[in-house]
Amino acid sequence: MGAGWRVLTRRALFPLAATALYLAVRVLAATGLLNAYWRLVLDQALILAIAALGLSLIYGFCGQFSLGHAAFYGLGAYTAGLIGKTWGHGDPLWFVLSLLAGAAVAGLAAVIFGLPVLRLRSDYLGIATLGFGIIVKVLMDNSNKLIPATGGATGMTGTPAVADFTWVFGTTVLVIYLVRNLVHSRYGRAWVAVREDEVAADAMGIDTTRYKTVAFALGCALAGLAGGLYAHRYPFVHPSSFDFLKSVDFLIVVVLGGLGSFTGTVVTAVAWVFLLEVLRSVLGQAFLDWRGVAYALILTTVIILRPKGLLGGKEWAALLPGEERGRRRDLSA
Amino acid sequence: MAGVLEQILNGLQLGFVYALIALGYTMVYGIIRLINFAHGDIFMVGAFVGVLGYTVWGLPFPVAVGVAMLVCAVLGVIIERLAYRPLRYAPRIAALISAIGVSLFLEYFCSLNFVFGPNYRVVPRPFEVTSFSVAGVTASNIMVVVTVVVIALLGALQYLLFRTRTGKAMRAVSQDHDAARLMGINVDSVISTTFAVGSALAAAGGVLYAVAYRQIWPFLGIMPGLKAFTAAVLGGIGIVPGAVLGALIMGQVDVLSAAYVSSQFRDAIGFSILILVLLVRPTGLLGSRQPEKV
Repeated sequence: MGAGWRVLTRRALFPLAATALYLAVRVLAATGLLNAYWRLVLDQALILAIAALGLSLIYGFCGQFSLGHAAFYGLGAYTAGLIGKTWGHGDPLWFVLSLLAGAAVAGLAAVIFGLPVLRLRSDYLGIATLGFGIIVKVLMDNSNKLIPATGGATGMTGTPAVADFTWVFGTTVLVIYLVRNLVHSRYGRAWVAVREDEVAADAMGIDTTRYKTVAFALGCALAGLAGGLYAHRYPFVHPSSFDFLKSVDFLIVVVLGGLGSFTGTVVTAVAWVFLLEVLRSVLGQAFLDWRGVAYALILTTVIILRPKGLLGGKEWAALLPGEERGRRRDLSA
Repeated sequence: MAGVLEQILNGLQLGFVYALIALGYTMVYGIIRLINFAHGDIFMVGAFVGVLGYTVWGLPFPVAVGVAMLVCAVLGVIIERLAYRPLRYAPRIAALISAIGVSLFLEYFCSLNFVFGPNYRVVPRPFEVTSFSVAGVTASNIMVVVTVVVIALLGALQYLLFRTRTGKAMRAVSQDHDAARLMGINVDSVISTTFAVGSALAAAGGVLYAVAYRQIWPFLGIMPGLKAFTAAVLGGIGIVPGAVLGALIMGQVDVLSAAYVSSQFRDAIGFSILILVLLVRPTGLLGSRQPEKV
């Protein structure tokens, strides 16, 4: 049991845990213990986690306040959904292509919008992105005038439901690795520097515009990727799924997860979705009206009790790269 | 030409209502740097209380407006005490999330059947509507009422802020909490006062909005709230005249783009203008660029 063995087991811990989780869900699904409804909830939680990881890069690590994340999620959903509907017809290759296209469109939109707008600071940036979200929602509502297949304000149907648990889970694991590697790279360090103090970062020779734009584009591309999965998981894509409240959902997950902690983002995304669904079954039909009230009360109470997030910005040690372990280097805000 | 002037008058009416909401946003932001997302919902509560006041409770219209303002002032103070004060020294984003929670709470709580119920209600008018025309331009007495009430409230606010000790204390706290406290100002009570005043103004705006546009429901506050906040940012957030200027611009943009471009693209046009203005003047029209310190 030497040091080498310990490194190996630690490095293998996350892939092993992910595989075990995947098999457990498949077994539970096959035996019927996990019915179609809860499988849908689980997939929804993972899709939320992917998009929230994108916002985590933008806001949690790079400190750029965005209240319009749902717009990029929606751009990805519509792009991938349209491709899947028009050419894909359930073909896995087309599915992957459509996901990449959704991510690319969202990322490109983020670059075009972000280059001029990322000059704005904190709340002003938040309001500009909020405005962008509302503009995109209006465009989605009227998109059928240009592309009839989107259905405009009546919503889009007909995208093949290809994204099963395997696809969603696999993508989530890939994205977690991607984000982990990014935040521990040169980029990640520059982002944290910009978040902590933009002027100081600039003085240290960090090209702040470039790093902010890269964070924004990558984060929005992840939202687009999640949107593509969403469009291939649910049979119905509607502009109201990408409104301001959806952007708020992503923000809540990132803040409650603890800024600058991707483990926190993933855990909170899953926990938050399941909390809402459990609330639905606990309250029952008679108290369905109370669900929104309970949701709001839980949200306010949690943030007052844990203003720095549920996990307080900690990372799961098994997810840290080898050379970072034991150094207690903290990227949280 | 008369048609255009009538639309501009309509825009002025909407802009006045936005101004009453925007003032609360800008005052709260000025004093604790918080985007109070629940403010639009206070506007909604004000609309409901005012309308219930002059219909179900049978109060005279001015008294109903006063009651709505009082109820919302108390509501604003309670919200600040319970949801924002515990987070005053936490990261700013925590208070923002708390505000979102309060906003959702007000919306869903008011949707419950024993409160206001989830449906749209058509608002009966508190007085007979009469139209008159001056030089070919038709206006209604509703417009006159809105204008008179808003200008009176703006005057009162101006007096409060610049002619009273309370106003001086508010301006001091908005500059520097610690220095204000050292000067013997009770910062907590000044913040409470700010919430009370801002919420009362929003309530008055709510009643006027209900009377002018005749439909209310528990989610009424979302869009006017966002628009008014946009107006406050447009004018330069934290600056009182800026909020009024921004609101008047937003009112015109809303009405004119609905009338002459497309009602479906109205919201997109308003926010596009906001983004363009921010790109040219990153701190709003009347905002001053603050030097950055390391």
